[in-house]
Amino acid sequence: MSEIHFREMASKSWLNFLTFLCGSAIGFVLCSQLFSILLGEQGDTQPDILHNDPHARHADDNGQNHLEGQMNFNADSSQHKDENTDIAENLYQKVKILCWVMTGPQNLEKKAKHVKATWAQRCNKVLFMSSEEDKDFPAVGLKTREGRDQLYWKTIKAFQYVHDHYLEDADWFMKADDDTYVILENLRWLLSKYNPEEPIYFGRRFKPYVKQGYMSGGAGYVLSKEALKRFVDAFKTDKCTHSSSIEDLALGRCMEIINVEAGDSRDTIGKETFHPFVPEHHLIRGYLPRTFWYWNYNYYPPVEGPGCCSDLAVSFHYVDPTTMYELEYIVYHLRPYGYLYRYQPALPENIRKEVILLRFNPRSVHKRSANS
Amino acid sequence: MLSESSSFLKGMMLGSIFCALITMLGHIRIGHGDRRHQHKHHHLQAPNKEDILKISEDERMELSKSFRVYCIILVKPKDVSLWAAVRETWTKHCDKAEFFSSENVKVFESVNMETDDMWLMMRKAYKYAFDKYRDQYNWFFLARPTMFAIMENLKYFLLKKDPSQPFYLGHTIKSGDLEYVSVEGGIVLSIESMKRLNSLLGIPEKCPEQGGMIWKISEDKQLAVCLKYAGVFAENAEDSEGKDVFNTKSVGLFIKEAMSNHPNLVVEGCCSDMAVTFNGLTPNQMHVMMYGVYRLRAFGHIFHDALVFLPPNGSDND
Repeated sequence: MSEIHFREMASKSWLNFLTFLCGSAIGFVLCSQLFSILLGEQGDTQPDILHNDPHARHADDNGQNHLEGQMNFNADSSQHKDENTDIAENLYQKVKILCWVMTGPQNLEKKAKHVKATWAQRCNKVLFMSSEEDKDFPAVGLKTREGRDQLYWKTIKAFQYVHDHYLEDADWFMKADDDTYVILENLRWLLSKYNPEEPIYFGRRFKPYVKQGYMSGGAGYVLSKEALKRFVDAFKTDKCTHSSSIEDLALGRCMEIINVEAGDSRDTIGKETFHPFVPEHHLIRGYLPRTFWYWNYNYYPPVEGPGCCSDLAVSFHYVDPTTMYELEYIVYHLRPYGYLYRYQPALPENIRKEVILLRFNPRSVHKRSANS
Repeated sequence: MLSESSSFLKGMMLGSIFCALITMLGHIRIGHGDRRHQHKHHHLQAPNKEDILKISEDERMELSKSFRVYCIILVKPKDVSLWAAVRETWTKHCDKAEFFSSENVKVFESVNMETDDMWLMMRKAYKYAFDKYRDQYNWFFLARPTMFAIMENLKYFLLKKDPSQPFYLGHTIKSGDLEYVSVEGGIVLSIESMKRLNSLLGIPEKCPEQGGMIWKISEDKQLAVCLKYAGVFAENAEDSEGKDVFNTKSVGLFIKEAMSNHPNLVVEGCCSDMAVTFNGLTPNQMHVMMYGVYRLRAFGHIFHDALVFLPPNGSDND
């Protein structure tokens, strides 16, 4: 009787012990959870950076001043208040550029949208060219099919459309892809030395197949008003036809036939301004393998590394949407405060005269570019 | 049944008490002592328009030269490709940059810290820098090899800050009671902070070489604890719009986040125009940033800045 009672007691205390252990484990875990919540790692929650209140992160600001002699300044106004865009604005009026962007129905939301949100606003006029019309985007319908083999057809029709509707609205007519990033101010600087009544066009010059060279399609190219007139006219008179589907080469051949000069788009120290790839591919030595077609195509001696690219670059190609916005931030927002750039090219002659006038009649330094 | 539930409850109580004890002890170690919650924040203030116009270019150059920044980059042998990129890019704009490595690496010159532990490396580097350069530099910037830093923007940010005051700046994080500057955004110390830090490095109770009883505490937290004892408190560096200037992420990452969080204001909502650091870059991205920051720009946008910085000698990528 007592033996059974003893075993009962033993198993009971064993059970008790187990529940005790269980309890302590659960107690420990619960408690540590509670503590970690209370003393929370108020971690790295990125503050709502659109919130203009600089005090947003510091709710309990009533600490004593332990840093003697430091003033608590008031928040400064916008960071662009030190910026003078008079020259850029002047060029915007003087060198009118119509941009048309080669795109398609499937790419309007994927790619063209980001072009529209970034550099396209800086054209004097921008048109998005697609095979079919889209009233909302808006995009012009060229009534072609889609596909790589349609590129030259689309180009011919696009230039025709621009010529028929907008000839007098611009001096220069730029073609870009929906993965090209263009810095319009630098394009205007480049073109300001030239007369739009001259038959000339600019881009990244390639040497094969065409004696005077032809311009890479993806890096974008820009025709003078006279060049556009001659190009459209050539198709009416059959001087040029849809000879091939390789858009840039075929256009280059046509340009040579109609005596439109292939211009030198390099800057004043010989660096290229139109780029068929993203900056990384040009800046990093060895990125493009030696066997790559590019090395044999470039009209001027190709350079890799820092000498590849002008400070006043005009375009980059194969730019995906993320990189579009990155370039937009890097070119138009981030800057090294107070830094004196090495390359300080002269203002174009006609602009220089106007700037001298401006100095005698200083306008407000707070002027912002009409379209920035 | 009753005895089981009572032992369960007793167990829970004991477990909680045990846990609480451990947490408390851990906290005391971290430096629970100084309860005064000091919080000062400064806003970027440029001199106003009239002042800038009054200062001559020579005076502006003199003012710019008064900021002397010594850059400390802690590296390990595995970081060799990042090390090369950092050397060839932004560190050329430091008044002096030195690399502190865990062990000697043949390829590059560095100061050998002879330890793998990040906190020990940091302490030794700060001690070395202070002992050797206290008279020559007034600001000390510590960076990771994955960072890109813009010295000119750092100096602009420091424009009205007196280095004889104890400044400790960067991207701050709050951990319980401790606010510390994250090493992932870069750490800026004034000469006064360096002085105070170095006076405590030899005192193990205040500035132990092995903080944290149970688990290792990151080196940036350890630094903050140490500095707190010296009356130096972390401040988050922000521009006039409240955007961080020290960033723990790369531009690309910010853009990707912006594209999903606020697709209509991607660039405006991204980052400061006066950003000093970005982190998480590959060596290639550093070269691209070098071109993007110091060269690529839009013609016809002119700035009238209070400070003037010349490009460094013997450099071809800026």
